[in-house]
Amino acid sequence: MRISKAWIVATKDMRVFLRKKYAIYSLVLFPLIVSVGLPLVLRFAGARQGGLSTTRLPILMNAFSFFFLLGAASLPTLLASYSLVGEKIEKSLEPLLAAPITDSELLLGKSIAAFIPPVGAIYIGSIVFMALADLVTHNTLGYLYFPNWTIGLVLLLMVPLSAILSIEWCVIVSSRASDARAAQMQGLFIALPLAAIYVASEVGAISLDTKTLLIISAAILAADIILFFLSTKTFQREEILTKWT
Amino acid sequence: MITVENLTKKFGEVTAVEGLTFQVKEGEVFGFLGPNGTGKTTTIRMLCCLISKTSGEAKIADYQIGKPADSLQIRKMTSLVPDNVGLYSDLTAFENLDFYGKLYESPEERRKENIERFLKMLGLWERKDTRAGSFSKGMQQKLALARALVHEPKILFMDEPTANLDPESSKTVRDFILEIKKQGRTIFLNTHNLDEAQRVCDRIGIIKTKLLTIGSPEQLRESLSRPKTEIRLAQVSEALVSSLRKIVPNKIEVSDDKLIIDVNDPDKENPTIITAITSAGGQIREVTQIVPTLEDVYLQIVKETK
Repeated sequence: MRISKAWIVATKDMRVFLRKKYAIYSLVLFPLIVSVGLPLVLRFAGARQGGLSTTRLPILMNAFSFFFLLGAASLPTLLASYSLVGEKIEKSLEPLLAAPITDSELLLGKSIAAFIPPVGAIYIGSIVFMALADLVTHNTLGYLYFPNWTIGLVLLLMVPLSAILSIEWCVIVSSRASDARAAQMQGLFIALPLAAIYVASEVGAISLDTKTLLIISAAILAADIILFFLSTKTFQREEILTKWT
Repeated sequence: MITVENLTKKFGEVTAVEGLTFQVKEGEVFGFLGPNGTGKTTTIRMLCCLISKTSGEAKIADYQIGKPADSLQIRKMTSLVPDNVGLYSDLTAFENLDFYGKLYESPEERRKENIERFLKMLGLWERKDTRAGSFSKGMQQKLALARALVHEPKILFMDEPTANLDPESSKTVRDFILEIKKQGRTIFLNTHNLDEAQRVCDRIGIIKTKLLTIGSPEQLRESLSRPKTEIRLAQVSEALVSSLRKIVPNKIEVSDDKLIIDVNDPDKENPTIITAITSAGGQIREVTQIVPTLEDVYLQIVKETK
């Protein structure tokens, strides 16, 4: 496999995304709301009578960092679905597949294009989130809560794994979808189990400690491996040309 | 350059292409004529290594289709202009060509030279920084042609390049095909535009799942359709036609004030026919020799296979 070929496809796709308003809005709005909105929640909840206790605050902040995981599972679907279904709509698959590029190079290129912008946006948002969250909780906690192992695990391990899962799922979904919006809607299903974990943590059913996060990471990795085989099976030249179009 | 032997493609129970055998020489413009849904696009897709063959063999230069190791080499030396232009509407004309030039590993300097050359040839250079999505259909088709040539392929596959274009754009595309033919490129042209095939193709294959016939436009016209003599009379009467039928055994069609008569050798048979008409009291106004067109040949062959 030649990474240079995949990169040519990835840069082309990213250039196209940058010209799509909805893609820009999605990439900017979600991290912005999470990184600024959640520290504001901490600020106003802390300012209420009684405020947030020093034991409740870390639990809440860990749970909030899980939002970046939800972003990683949902944002790439917007780009991946356009990248794949978009080719179908523009009827550009035939000349593209006639070019000297292998199926795996093409799939890798499309995956890179759907991976870098959302994960980059999430990382930038997470830095802002950590800085603002520390700013509003420093007085209560007496120390800087972020960065810590939990958010490190979420950002450096779980976010990439979830983004990959989302892209692989989107490849499978896109083969059957006739428009990008339908693919996006179906793609978002992959975020549901993660949303359920978040809700479970909020109601106290599970604790998002390092051990739990490692178990969730292992589960996502396993799903990544399964979906990798399914998506590469779906993403085959003849299949794409005769059944996708 | 292209050698096809007994090539067959089936989609499940449906046979799209059956037992194709033909050769295309280097520098030749080969036309593939046939009604819609008779295997033209499937053939091009197999030759471009986009879909697999069910059986048979095909070679592009020394590379065999269906062999994974050869597929990339075939794709490098060929190019495809599909029936749908398939441009990226959010990218500019230049960016569309540049992307494909890079994919085909065309060196940067050469790539940029070619982009400029082909866009200028097709009258699109001034619009190089305009998004392809804002182009008219004709301009998009021209851009798709330029895209196919950026990496200077040896073989160009074109799938109905003038379908849905206005006459002016069709002419530009046809002229461009003739121009690139002069450069010695081999062109495989799918079309159902008979006029286009006649104007640009060196040889033509007529396909209807199977290859029905193959030859130069002249050979096809000569071999498959008999010439006709059209005689316009002052008045056509039943009596005249029946007395003519007694002398001339050939097929006679009556159309208003005209008689259209099949002939094998016009020089020998026309004087006999004319004498017979005047003897029967017919007043001849005009005698015209009808030379069969490629359309006549095509319609005859396709009709015979129904």
